Amino acid sequence: MAAPFDLNDDTVVVVIGTGAGGGVLANELAQKGVSVVALEAGGRYLPEDYVNDEWESFGQLAWVDPRTTSGDWRVSKDFSGLPAWIVKAVGGTTTHWAGASLRFQPHEWKGATTYGNVQGANLLDWPIGAEEMEPWYAKAEDKLGVTRTNGRPGLPGNNNYLVFEKGARGLGYKDVHTGRMAINAEDYDERLPCQQTGFCFQGCKWGAKWSSAYTDIPRGEATGNLEVREHAHVARILHNNDGKVTGVEYFDKDGNLHMQKARIVCVAGNSFESPRMLLNSASSMFPDGLANSSGQVGRNYMRHMTGSVYAVFDKPVRMWRGTTMAGIIQDESRHDPSRGFVGGYEMETLALGVPFMAAFLDPGAWGREFTSALDQYENMAGMWLVGEDMPQETNRVTLNHDVKDQWGLPVANVHFSDHPNDIAMRNHAYKQGQAVYEAVGATRTFPTPPYPSTHNLGTNRMSENPRDGVVNRWGQTHDITNLFISDGSQFTTGAAENPTLTIVALAIRQADHIASEMSAGTL
Amino acid sequence: MNKADGPKGLSRRQLLLRASVAGASFVIGSGFIAARDAAWATEVSNLKPETFATLVQMARDIYPHDRIADEFYVIAVQGYDNSDHAEEVEAGIAVLDAAARGRGHTGYLDTGWERDRVDILRNMEESAFFQKIRGGLVTGLYNQKAVWPIFGYEGESYSKGGYVDRGFNDINWL
Repeated sequence: MAAPFDLNDDTVVVVIGTGAGGGVLANELAQKGVSVVALEAGGRYLPEDYVNDEWESFGQLAWVDPRTTSGDWRVSKDFSGLPAWIVKAVGGTTTHWAGASLRFQPHEWKGATTYGNVQGANLLDWPIGAEEMEPWYAKAEDKLGVTRTNGRPGLPGNNNYLVFEKGARGLGYKDVHTGRMAINAEDYDERLPCQQTGFCFQGCKWGAKWSSAYTDIPRGEATGNLEVREHAHVARILHNNDGKVTGVEYFDKDGNLHMQKARIVCVAGNSFESPRMLLNSASSMFPDGLANSSGQVGRNYMRHMTGSVYAVFDKPVRMWRGTTMAGIIQDESRHDPSRGFVGGYEMETLALGVPFMAAFLDPGAWGREFTSALDQYENMAGMWLVGEDMPQETNRVTLNHDVKDQWGLPVANVHFSDHPNDIAMRNHAYKQGQAVYEAVGATRTFPTPPYPSTHNLGTNRMSENPRDGVVNRWGQTHDITNLFISDGSQFTTGAAENPTLTIVALAIRQADHIASEMSAGTL
Repeated sequence: MNKADGPKGLSRRQLLLRASVAGASFVIGSGFIAARDAAWATEVSNLKPETFATLVQMARDIYPHDRIADEFYVIAVQGYDNSDHAEEVEAGIAVLDAAARGRGHTGYLDTGWERDRVDILRNMEESAFFQKIRGGLVTGLYNQKAVWPIFGYEGESYSKGGYVDRGFNDINWL
């Protein structure tokens, strides 16, 4: 049967979310002939709709439904209602992401084994590893058109990169280049090459950056096997007396509640909404929420060790021109405990416009120390620091029953406190980042605190043993065979790398698994 | 001269004098404020003119940019001149003026040195009023497209074809 599908059609796979996980999964299933209903909480925006204006774009794309925060992270103080900077739209955060597409390093699949007993960390090895993921990574790189992989050329470096590269070389760093990016350096897959416009975070108006919004989603729809319902906000996932999920209740944009029956449900609403949906689906059979016999739903929230370094020079840089994330230093991504922490971090160029620089350079700061920095905006260069943070059971997403969203559903509370390893890594990264810029003559540097999180991971983690996590090696929940998790919340550990490529690779692999199990009649 | 003993009612001349001490703005008659250089002028309908003038000075003291003219700070705080905010702003500015009087000035606006005004603000920076004004300025001031060129920021570039042929890698001093 071709899309659109009937609410009572219980042969469909319902995918919740259309970003890097859900959007790719929905298309991959549709390509294999599986009927898919994708429920997307946001609306549909395409390159012609994107806006080269930071706040206006934020208003268009960002997920700003209420959330609450706790813990000692500074985001909870500076942006108490905005723990994450992620997107509510068809395509999810693939509209906003910078495009960095890095594979995990082999040892990062084995966090517990590699890092040993780190006090206070809830480390676990992934039940899968580098060798098994290699072909899926290759497929993901080809789908996204990742530069510097499989024979594709790299992007040219912009001014921000050229400053960064010179500083890196001055410091003796060797593994420095313009990144492996899901941004075309030349025509690829019917998408244009990068026009060095900037505003990568606001949606690429050229479509040079890969986003599921204008690749996987329309291609899936073109098969006739995929129906995307926009403004469909999931309330809860339903199950029968056998403990199998049977459908999904969602609100449409007018607040009317619908129920879509399903053969299989795949949850890809990001690491806040995915556990929130499982917890909000609690029933007499599953009083602690769906798939939560381990008690791990919502726990082990990771957001990467992050921070930024901005630097002022005596001459103009104009960092905003060109690719937002225009290059990388990978020398610090290794695991080398002699630095005083386990795991590693990447250094990646980053630029913000004046409006966001004012909001994020030093949130809450005022007076001349702050404004004299902004006065030098034209002479600034910037980088983002991103490294592996430690999973902790107490860093978690819970339901806040005191605060309800526009549909009357309890919102997610996001509790996060840094692990000492995260702090040691951040301090090291700040020092190295500042040294990079000092090596090329910076007159002033700024160790800038983390922004609201874009890399949200781990709240339905993958584990070999059902006792330790929520899903198995396929993203299938340990407790409910026809319920899958398909986003970054299934990450067992976060690794140092930007997570999107791994989310995409896991989604392609999961689609393959689901389709073959369906044809075998085992799902 | 002990300004703390000044009259409660303010004549135009007194306002002019006070404003000129801070160098920002002055109040003309009822509900009308103008910059000394006439670069901007605005009418206030809900706030007292002297309250608004003080608010503009407070905004500049929070985010002082010497190359940004007063008119942009006026635009940044104009949204408070309405019935929803007037009471809170009048009360907040009254606290600011009281703090200035406690330091021997007639009010905040005629506290001559920025460092003295900033000292007053530092003592109230945890207050809801200060945080509201500061937080509002982050977008109210820096999201004005007209101030971006002052920082050298070029804003959107899509309509010009990006920077691929317009200097994305034109740095020449490395």
